[in-house]
Amino acid sequence: MQRQLRKLGFYTAVVLLLLFAVLPIAYAVITTFKKESELFSFGANPFIYEQGPTLEPLIFLFTDTGFPTFVWNSVVIGVFVVAITVVLAVPAAYALARLTGRWGESSGMAIFLVYLIPPTLLFIPLFRIVVWLGLANTIWSLVLVLPTITVPFCTWLLLGFFRSVPQELDEAALLDGCTRFGAFRKVVLPQALPGIGACVVFAFSLSLSNYIYSVTFISESAARNISAGVPTELIRGDVYFWPSLMAATAIVAIPLGIAYGLLFDYLVRGFQASGATEAEG
Amino acid sequence: MSAQVSEPVRARAPATFGERLAGALERPRVLGSLMLAPAVLYVVFFVGVPFIIAIALSMSDATAGNPSIDTFVGLDNFRAVMQQETFWTALRNSVIITTLTVVSIVVLATIAVEILSREFRGKRLVQVLFMMPWAMPVALSAITWLWLLDSQFSPIDWVLVQIGILGPDGLFGPQRHMYWLGREWLGILSVVFVDTWRTLPLATIIVLAGRLSIPRERLEQAQIDGAGFFRTLFRVILPALAPVLIVAILFTALLVIGEISSVDLLTRGGPGHSTQILPLWAYLKGIESGDLGQGAAIALFLFPVLLAAAIVALRFASRLHKD
Repeated sequence: MQRQLRKLGFYTAVVLLLLFAVLPIAYAVITTFKKESELFSFGANPFIYEQGPTLEPLIFLFTDTGFPTFVWNSVVIGVFVVAITVVLAVPAAYALARLTGRWGESSGMAIFLVYLIPPTLLFIPLFRIVVWLGLANTIWSLVLVLPTITVPFCTWLLLGFFRSVPQELDEAALLDGCTRFGAFRKVVLPQALPGIGACVVFAFSLSLSNYIYSVTFISESAARNISAGVPTELIRGDVYFWPSLMAATAIVAIPLGIAYGLLFDYLVRGFQASGATEAEG
Repeated sequence: MSAQVSEPVRARAPATFGERLAGALERPRVLGSLMLAPAVLYVVFFVGVPFIIAIALSMSDATAGNPSIDTFVGLDNFRAVMQQETFWTALRNSVIITTLTVVSIVVLATIAVEILSREFRGKRLVQVLFMMPWAMPVALSAITWLWLLDSQFSPIDWVLVQIGILGPDGLFGPQRHMYWLGREWLGILSVVFVDTWRTLPLATIIVLAGRLSIPRERLEQAQIDGAGFFRTLFRVILPALAPVLIVAILFTALLVIGEISSVDLLTRGGPGHSTQILPLWAYLKGIESGDLGQGAAIALFLFPVLLAAAIVALRFASRLHKD
């Protein structure tokens, strides 16, 4: 009896948590297929289709707005940001964990402090740098600048990962005649792959999410990404294209949510080996 | 490649250049510096330099029309900024929103972690659905909530009317709408709710990592000692989680305090400037009104506070960890 009650309590908690997370997205999906006339009728039940569903907002989104361009730009930006982040952060984290001695020990804290300088402090000067480099209004401005957010974060995450790989592995590889760099590439790197995977996911989602740089650096709709493009192009003055807006959010959230959800254990492991469980890194 | 050449090379029998280079690369210091250099150079150029420019801007009279930072005006911008009432409202709101979000994140993440650290049927599906809010760019979550909290067509208001809380016969009637985003405190609380909603998955992942690192024996020992669920939670789990909770708090606070899109899209800082926050105020001043100096001054204001808070928190966390 008590066991049954416990089980009931547990599943109630699960359901409440899920409702909290998912209801807004479910409502976005419902709104996507609503006819305009039903959308703005006072007092009507907002959760059902009294006049039947419609595909028009979806078609509008893909044919009459810049949405497909925004998605493409976001993907390109994301891929480049992830690549730059991995290329910079992986060697840096390994160097700090193994090669730089005393220097590397207090580096966890130092990296965290870099992460503390928020985009809101840097966007005005960075805008000038972007203009000076001739990259304003191109997606390359974001490719260049977004790693300022992802590199410190991922270096910090990977630092813990490399520290958790036993030092004997490197030493054995060196005795076997590997060069130092070879030991890193052939022995340590494969051990850290889960950490690098977690970094890829985090870097991608952080690059997708950034708003302040996206709206500051880019004002031409052909170069906009999802974050800045959807709010600026689908909201015109006081006119909100609600069903299309909701379609845009659902189309982004659902596939990415599934991907992140399936990688869930992996992401947790990324933090488990990292400084998070050692706090100061 | 010139960076490699400039490193001091002291191999014992320097035959050819290639061998000397290979010898140098075997020294941890040399290889370490080389592997570290790209990331450090990048951070210096794109974080360090802009940071210094930000400080220079805040002490100049630069505007969008005349962006040179030649004229040094000392602390005039800071003085001007602090004389504006909106600045103080924004500072207050930034602190309130961040604090309340962090508090609710600690409570909700602890609950979510207790659920997700167990094995149960349908866990995959739960994980997928749980991550959805984090999968959206912040601006899109803000738009979703903008529609959910709409002044006329909010489904939340509709439900409240149906269950007899709002509406002509309702407990808090006769009005049919809460105008969630149209009032100062309700607007601030709405922003807190949205920020909590979007940052919970990340905070949960961080805390869950710590939760799974608690040795199983410690939990079993508590059970053998006859401790119930809540006793175990407060006496064993939470103390062990304290350092990770601090890291989760820092990450959440950073994500919330620097984000302009939630407020920008939800309330636009209104009504008036009553829900204004510091970074959005800096953006409006610096970019929209073109007063670069004042914008930079506003943005800089939070940095010392953040820095102090983070150092104290991390020290505390590492002390907890060593105990």
